[in-house]
Amino acid sequence: MTLPIAGQTDAGKAAEATVSDVVIRFAGDSGDGMQLTGTQFTNTSALIGNDLSTLPDFPAEIRAPAGTLAGVSGFQVRIADHDIHTPGDAPDVLIAMNPAALKANMRDLKDNGVIIVNTDEFTPRNLKRAGYEANPLEDDSLNAFRLYQVALTTMTRRALEESELDVRSKDRCKNFLALGMVYWLFSRPLESTIDWLRVKFKRRPEIAEANVKVMKAGWNFCDITDAFQVRYDVEPAKLEPGTYRSIHGNSALAIGLVAASRRSGLPLFLGAYPITPASDVLHELATYKHFGVTTYQAEDEIAAVCAAIGASFGGNLGVSCSSGPGIALKAEGINLAVMVELPLVICDIQRGGPSTGLPTKTEQADLLQVMFGRNNESPVPVIAASSPANCFDTALEAVRMATAYMTPVILLSDGYIANGAEPWRIPQVEELPDLRVNFHQNAEGFMPYMRDEQTLARPWAIPGTPGLEHRIGGLEKEDVTGNVNYEPENHDHMVRLRAEKVARIVNDIPELEVEGPQSGKLLVLGWGSTLGAITGAVNQARADGLTVSRAHLWHINPFPRNLGDVLERFERVLVPEMNLGQLALLLRARYLKDIETYSKVEGKPFTRDEILHRIERMTGESNQR
Amino acid sequence: MNTTEAPPLTRKDFQSDQEVRWCPGCGDYAILSAVQQVFPELGIPREKFVIVSGIGCSSRFPYYMNTYGFHSIHGRAPAVATGIKMTRPDLDVWVVTGDGDALSIGGNHLIHTLRRNVNLKILLFNNRVYGLTKGQYSPTSELGKRTKSTPHGSVDFPFNPLNIAIGAGATFVARSVDIFMPHLKAVLKRAAAHKGSAFVEVMQNCNIYNDKAFAALTDKTGRQQNGLYLEHGKPLVFGDNKDKGLRFTGTDFEVIELGNGKSEDDCLVWDEEHANPSLAFQMASISTGDGLGDFPVPLGVLRAVDAPTYDAGVIDQIDELTTTRPQTLDQLIHGTDTWTVDAGGNVHRGAN
Repeated sequence: MTLPIAGQTDAGKAAEATVSDVVIRFAGDSGDGMQLTGTQFTNTSALIGNDLSTLPDFPAEIRAPAGTLAGVSGFQVRIADHDIHTPGDAPDVLIAMNPAALKANMRDLKDNGVIIVNTDEFTPRNLKRAGYEANPLEDDSLNAFRLYQVALTTMTRRALEESELDVRSKDRCKNFLALGMVYWLFSRPLESTIDWLRVKFKRRPEIAEANVKVMKAGWNFCDITDAFQVRYDVEPAKLEPGTYRSIHGNSALAIGLVAASRRSGLPLFLGAYPITPASDVLHELATYKHFGVTTYQAEDEIAAVCAAIGASFGGNLGVSCSSGPGIALKAEGINLAVMVELPLVICDIQRGGPSTGLPTKTEQADLLQVMFGRNNESPVPVIAASSPANCFDTALEAVRMATAYMTPVILLSDGYIANGAEPWRIPQVEELPDLRVNFHQNAEGFMPYMRDEQTLARPWAIPGTPGLEHRIGGLEKEDVTGNVNYEPENHDHMVRLRAEKVARIVNDIPELEVEGPQSGKLLVLGWGSTLGAITGAVNQARADGLTVSRAHLWHINPFPRNLGDVLERFERVLVPEMNLGQLALLLRARYLKDIETYSKVEGKPFTRDEILHRIERMTGESNQR
Repeated sequence: MNTTEAPPLTRKDFQSDQEVRWCPGCGDYAILSAVQQVFPELGIPREKFVIVSGIGCSSRFPYYMNTYGFHSIHGRAPAVATGIKMTRPDLDVWVVTGDGDALSIGGNHLIHTLRRNVNLKILLFNNRVYGLTKGQYSPTSELGKRTKSTPHGSVDFPFNPLNIAIGAGATFVARSVDIFMPHLKAVLKRAAAHKGSAFVEVMQNCNIYNDKAFAALTDKTGRQQNGLYLEHGKPLVFGDNKDKGLRFTGTDFEVIELGNGKSEDDCLVWDEEHANPSLAFQMASISTGDGLGDFPVPLGVLRAVDAPTYDAGVIDQIDELTTTRPQTLDQLIHGTDTWTVDAGGNVHRGAN
């Protein structure tokens, strides 16, 4: 769908058109405040009741040279009056704050899409920096689009003529002029952003008021001039009744960990070392000290995980959060937790790699690292969050497995869902899982490696408990006593026991649900953040009359009990992954089933259409057989 | 007090049922014995002790102590111990480490733990060699040392552990010797009483791979001739008959012979509480510790100053915010901006 050019017209007013779905991308220099502008538009739309999905895209450099392609920061948001699953494949509207932002983004824009540019920035110097030989506003290169040329900087300065702010500070308000225009264009109220500005700049009201004034100027400019011929509205989505908020994946993860701490009665300890895109979990948890949360910015990734293990030994909920390069450093620590059988949650917010790779871009290529990237037989449960809001439930489930089975658990997320936002139907606290744990107290017959018959978990006996003094460590343990033991039979037994303990988790995780026909020609199986694109594509394929089923893995180690059966029921299984086929490798090895991988490693998520086209091709091939 | 007093703890209470497996003659036996004698005297219940170690001969220590213990991974004991102490301030947490564990693979954790002044006691057994891996040189091995990995003599400059600790901002720095039992016990007690990171270097003989490394200090004559026993507020005198002293010239230490017009009054009076760490640093620098140089080996407490601990700072913030900013989980989950969809599909701002 593209935005209609015509609509209902009142005399002297812009035409009005209601659309069901729109994708807007804000793009500018990394210092232009595009993330903030996009977030405000998102929050306002959330409060209207739209369904929404966001995709921030920013450079790794904090401030790349101004005006260059490398410095372009973008924020894409899709709002809709119905249930959506992705931030949209192609924008309907592009706000380009400079030539570089235009150049970097226009190839993604839909035909006949709307471009709003800040003409003040289209100087010969900036055009050259962006690599333009001629001014695209003056030739016919943008003819396929609806171009709106606005002197945003000039208008901002004019709106703030009476302000005492210096010119630099005034110019920094120009993103709010653009936001005011987009608010008008999509019939959004300004109130929630005004409220936000006044809270955010409580101590500098002159800044808050300048931004408010500029935003209103942008709105009024559209309202009183005939800059735009059509004005749009997107009605609230028919969401399930309930109370909602907009939430980012990293925020949902942080809140989920606090919720798990409350539900388990264990104080939360986060050991972390700053790393993109995981740092926001540290930042957010650092503001939750009033929930008894201890955050520890360690000297390195290794210390971060080791301190978390120490905290778990002491009876806290030990968590460490990082991204791929940091997980590599933590491997030895995670293995220590495997050996000493202490609960620990390791969050891996994946990014592009290998090595430093693409710090701000997304990828799903740490799966095999977290499964096997440790010395020797090192079974660790793995669970993957599939959407921003799902990070909350995933945190609770990771904590449940860690404490119930006395094991480290790895939680996978990625840059896409970590920084992306969506509406989240807020759960009732009392409906959250009961995660209460009991520390071992009874000294009678206590042995540090005696086990629960069902889960094989060893007792959690914390220091300070009289009579339970014991020693744990990385050396091989004798079964039951926990004493150091090098006997061949004992080692073989313990290796198998640790594997069996993790395998038994299968007994209390949900079976894999197939959405659509329960058997047939094609199953699209995903894990992690591909959920949105896969769901969108499968839904569209069905709407187009194709027969296709869909399933999504949450638990990856162990796999759900019925996964093998599910795979057997389909002739072909397609696994789209942002790697070269890591889940497919695990599935083939485990189930001897041929799996068709659809790989994409561009540092950005699949679009719905990419997966849709693959489904169309595969179903077409099936029909020809 | 209305409860019956538990019988006082004894050395035996701290001996575990595990067979001690250090080489016969290893200096670690003496250190273990000293710790097992000191712990019952600290007035702390046994279950409140946690001993954390890394990897190496010294790091087997926790297995032989009947307390809570954690034999962790190479170099990481200070990090594990920091996590324990930050979350369990009621516990008395001791780190046992060696020169390879603490100064090579674990150097980063050691310096940052000391910098933060985490309330941990860190015992570094310095035998100047890698024992468990069977005899390679360590970061405290002297230049020229021939080992399996340096068959032609080491050209790798060593660390002085005390200087590392002082340079990292440690608030308590001391040194003793494995077989100097009364001195070692006294130093351990001082460390136990210190609030903050207490760093103790224990010179330890490895009779297999580096025998007699400290013989010039530990043999019968060396103890008096080459040991400088620091005491707060006392002049720096040493030697067989206290016939030598250390004078501070303003830039350096200087050995003076007492008598002939020179007396204790000419010697520097030791001040372990000196605010500026440079004097302690300079004191640590006079000897590499083996007793073979021109200067005696400083033993005892080099530095003991009061400073806030990291763990207390962290806990104070949590306690304060828990009191001043009460919030329910429900409030946290809701955040500040919510909207509600009612049964009729109508949307309004805020929660129900």
